[in-house]
Amino acid sequence: MRNITLSQAVNEALAEEMRRDETVFIIGEDVAEAGTPFKVLSGLVEEFGTARVVDTPIAEPGFMGLAVGAAMTGSRPVVDLMFGDFIYLIMDQLCNQAAKTHYMSGGKLSVPLVLRTNLGATRRSAAQHSQSLHALVAHIPGLKVALPSSAYEAKGLMKTAIRDNNPVVIFEDKLMYNDKAPVPEEEYLIPFGEANIKREGTDITLIGTSSMVQVCEKAAEMLAAEGISAEVIDPRTIVPLDEKALIESAKKTSRVIVVDEGHQSFGITGEIAGRINEKAFYHLDAPVLRMGAMDVPVPFSPALEDITVPTPEAVAENARKLMSGEMIHAA
Amino acid sequence: MAKSKTNTEDYLTMYRQMVRIRTFEDNANQLYLSAKMPGLTHMYSGEEAVAVGICEALKVTDKITSTHRGHGHCVAKGAEFKEMFCELLGKEEGYCRGKGGSMHIADQSNGNLGANAIVGGSMGIATGAAFSAKLLGKDDVTVCFFGDGATAQGLMYEVMNMAALWNLPVIYACENNGYSEYTRTDEIAAGSITARAEAFGIEAHQVDGQDVLAVNALTQKLVDRARKGEGPFFMELMTYRYHGHHVGDINREYYRSKEEEKDWKENRDPIIRFRSWLVEEGIASEEDLDAMNAEIKQDAADAVEYALNAKYPDVSEVDMHVYTDIEHALDRDTA
Repeated sequence: MRNITLSQAVNEALAEEMRRDETVFIIGEDVAEAGTPFKVLSGLVEEFGTARVVDTPIAEPGFMGLAVGAAMTGSRPVVDLMFGDFIYLIMDQLCNQAAKTHYMSGGKLSVPLVLRTNLGATRRSAAQHSQSLHALVAHIPGLKVALPSSAYEAKGLMKTAIRDNNPVVIFEDKLMYNDKAPVPEEEYLIPFGEANIKREGTDITLIGTSSMVQVCEKAAEMLAAEGISAEVIDPRTIVPLDEKALIESAKKTSRVIVVDEGHQSFGITGEIAGRINEKAFYHLDAPVLRMGAMDVPVPFSPALEDITVPTPEAVAENARKLMSGEMIHAA
Repeated sequence: MAKSKTNTEDYLTMYRQMVRIRTFEDNANQLYLSAKMPGLTHMYSGEEAVAVGICEALKVTDKITSTHRGHGHCVAKGAEFKEMFCELLGKEEGYCRGKGGSMHIADQSNGNLGANAIVGGSMGIATGAAFSAKLLGKDDVTVCFFGDGATAQGLMYEVMNMAALWNLPVIYACENNGYSEYTRTDEIAAGSITARAEAFGIEAHQVDGQDVLAVNALTQKLVDRARKGEGPFFMELMTYRYHGHHVGDINREYYRSKEEEKDWKENRDPIIRFRSWLVEEGIASEEDLDAMNAEIKQDAADAVEYALNAKYPDVSEVDMHVYTDIEHALDRDTA
């Protein structure tokens, strides 16, 4: 199988879906000739023209709101939000409008819209271009949330998102745009709500999302060398969440660490840990551990920024502690 | 009254629709006062010529976006009393199956993209509907209804900029009823409202919103031009709301006088003015119009009675329609 970058995978998914369905269009800042600052969309305007790859003014609430209306009237917009941090600017249009239209209309109207954006720190971009804000939107009923962890997932989830009749938010890890992974030449889609067991294990479950899947896999490698068998699971979408797969794994291994790049407090890690506690309590040999990003604005200095995000070493260290029983009575 | 080129049937339809709105609101107010309606509602009474003058210039396939004060737009775009009262009372047969209520009421099948309870919240949606029409090669025009209060929201300027850049078939209809909730509009709006649209190169008109023929004549022209790709356009419709911001806003002398309200109701009422014109022009007799009023009153009474006795949605509906493809959002696979 060929290897392509995550960037190319997203580009292919969009091009394939735009060829398949002429109601699909891309809208956002510098999406056309510029192909976005990350060059993810390069070449699309040449094939599909400026009517379907639409450069907007720098007006996130405006183009997001416009996309909601377009989605309600027969189009399928893919909104490009340059940085995940800008999601705060579009909250009303995303959470009060897109997310609630189907419900408030008693099922009569729908909003088939994809919001493409990104997450991930350690690019030395400071507090307003580094956040991982997927928990904010996962909190809102009516939105679906996908977190691709490689080029393979990025393509398959994007194609599913575009065909979905609900608003879907996809967060790509901006540090992963140039990472290559095997991606089939032939068409495939990845269904929402199906976790992927990246590595089977028996002693402990490491649940990782997006950028943290690689972190968990590296931690599992380190643990394997010490004789600890770690299972690594990637939920791939957090709404809907494949709770069954996560709980089955928790029951099997009896120990779980949840790793996510959003802030730890009130976040994805707490939600998943809570569900496992509710539904696998008698199978657990240790508390479910949460590892999110540090609860501080993302700092600029490399000396500070790097310690805000979970690392393979830190995940492995916590796994060892859980295995040795150290965390059971942790204060 | 301004002259228009419509025929007798059109005139009578406009009269009927204005009376239907007023009658609907009188009944809605009674439902609130008699504690039969859950929650609050915002009355459109006094502004009927705006919704009717505009919607009578639209086709069924044309779109509108509405506001928290949206009953008038809903009626004017073709909705029925029965489903509307059911929605107001949270009943299953309501247009939104009781999930929207007064502030989200809409007959979606007639091109109403929903009433929005965020002030200015639908400006993007309306502009997007116009974008969609252009992208998909349809000739639909979208009218975005909003109040003077919404002109303070930034979203409006973001989307007017895009609509002007891309010549979108959208008409921004600012219903200036003089008050932004409990505050006089001149205290919240600097400069001229139409000049704001003109700054984007958008042709803007101010029109007497109590004159249904003037509103209709202007809208017909703008809709025709928008269909030909000459949009967007902006209209400021000078009107007045008879009730408070909502039905519970009873004591309002701290922001406007009873004399002012009396003047608008007695001297500028859109229904009284149009009725006099219809009689003067020999289009209808007082008796014809009285009969029409009585028929509408009876329709409304029947619809209210029906809605009061209609059933509530089953509790199992609470997690339906969260997603299009998941019947019950709270059904989770439990291991």
